[in-house]
Amino acid sequence: MNKYLLYPGCSLESSAKAYMESLNAILGPLDVHFEEIEDWNCCGATEYLGINLIPAYSLITRNLALAARQSAAQMDGTRTIVAPCSACYLNLAKADYYMQERPSLGVKVNEALEAGGLQYKAGTLDVRHLIDVLVYDIGLDTIRSKVTRPLNGLRVAPYMGCMLPRPDYQHRWSDHEHPTELDDLLRALGAEVIDYPLTTSCCGGHMTQIGPETAFELIRRLVADADERGAHLMATVCPMCQLNIDAYQGEMNHYFSTGYHMPILFFTQLMGLAFGKEPGELGIGVELVSSRNALANLGVEVPIAQEPTVRKRKDEGLPMPRRLLNGRKRGKEAVK
Amino acid sequence: MPHMTDERVRAGLAHEEDLSLLHEVSMKTAGVSHLEMCIQCGTCGGSCPVAMDMDHTPRMLFAMLRAGMREEVLRSNTPWICVSCYHCVVRCPQEVHIADVMYTLKGMAIKAKLYQDSTAPHFSQTFVGMVETYGRGFELGLASRHYLRYFPLRLPGMMPMGFGMITKGRMPIRPRKIKHMDQLKAILKRAKQLELTS
Repeated sequence: MNKYLLYPGCSLESSAKAYMESLNAILGPLDVHFEEIEDWNCCGATEYLGINLIPAYSLITRNLALAARQSAAQMDGTRTIVAPCSACYLNLAKADYYMQERPSLGVKVNEALEAGGLQYKAGTLDVRHLIDVLVYDIGLDTIRSKVTRPLNGLRVAPYMGCMLPRPDYQHRWSDHEHPTELDDLLRALGAEVIDYPLTTSCCGGHMTQIGPETAFELIRRLVADADERGAHLMATVCPMCQLNIDAYQGEMNHYFSTGYHMPILFFTQLMGLAFGKEPGELGIGVELVSSRNALANLGVEVPIAQEPTVRKRKDEGLPMPRRLLNGRKRGKEAVK
Repeated sequence: MPHMTDERVRAGLAHEEDLSLLHEVSMKTAGVSHLEMCIQCGTCGGSCPVAMDMDHTPRMLFAMLRAGMREEVLRSNTPWICVSCYHCVVRCPQEVHIADVMYTLKGMAIKAKLYQDSTAPHFSQTFVGMVETYGRGFELGLASRHYLRYFPLRLPGMMPMGFGMITKGRMPIRPRKIKHMDQLKAILKRAKQLELTS
């Protein structure tokens, strides 16, 4: 069994919870065990670095210190820390690298960590991204051997995003601009991988929040290119990319008066489907640009997303005709 | 300070430029920035997916740093438009840590209160405020605080998205807090007193 330390990152608890669900669903078949770093904190994304350097790197490195301690406390402790989010991966990897490249940074960061009773020696851990571990440790042959429902007939645009293959100080990827890891993995699942030259173009990151026009253009390019090349959907390795392409596609369409409908799923969700899991176990259905039609190409039926559960505060109130509630009886009402 | 340069030119000292700003930025940047090594080739600007929205391309900005144009540099929107995609970084023949230099310039601009035209500093500071309070990100708090202040007119158009995110359980109403918040606070408090000086 392959064992790793997991740094989930904030998105996997919220906007990218589908990533976490699908990740958990594929670990069993692949015989991989992830141990979450206890009490991990936010990596600061791209925000903290732009405000104050030493606090930003101390925030990131607290996680490395906790992970190193956790790893040392175990007999068979793994030295590899895995991040499924590209921004988290980059921050952790960059902190580890820069503290080696510039030792004075490591000294200051450790001075800060000391105030919390922690320390971290740069280079102690290997920081890696989820897809790196799946492709290079688990291997495409193992992945291929677990496929029970090949994704034949599904045309997928492989979207690696920018922060994963770059700057790549640890030399982990096949190329900085056209890496093939995601393509290879999707092909192993049986999917038809389209040629997608924008695979490492930026989705706009936080610009959807602070400079929407800039971000909309970046999103448009990615979605339009995938659409023109006949993709049914895009596959991503990053929660930020998923959020921007999925949640802001509507606003982007409105801004450019376009009508694109390009669903984007996490590569782990596609792995889960190929391993025979049901969409409901993989968080499929919570995307805002529905993947229903795309997945119909596989004969997979996506459950209609749950309707919002309206919480009724009081039973008394103005008498309303029952049929407005669609005649459904809710649990609490039935008890009363 | 152009007049100083004139004097220097007259005194035959033109080759001794004032590189203090360049060195300051380089010193404050994580890792070894290689900023002094920039050869003004322009590969960065040519590789940038958002250069069209920038006041100055990165190449131009680095020339301004070398020329000591502190105020112009810190007023530029360039670091705030940068999306940290690292295209320029992997293509730079001199291996300048361009994206990290942009982070340094953002921090300097906030401190000098020079860049005021964008909502970006507020967004970053609100984000950091959430992290310093809870230890984890809190999207709903961040988005609502930021949009109400800066994009109230964008809100109606965003309602379907926000509603979708919340009802599909992708935007928790309450923040998650880490257990040892006191430890994180102590670390950050100490860290704020420290600066990279060598």
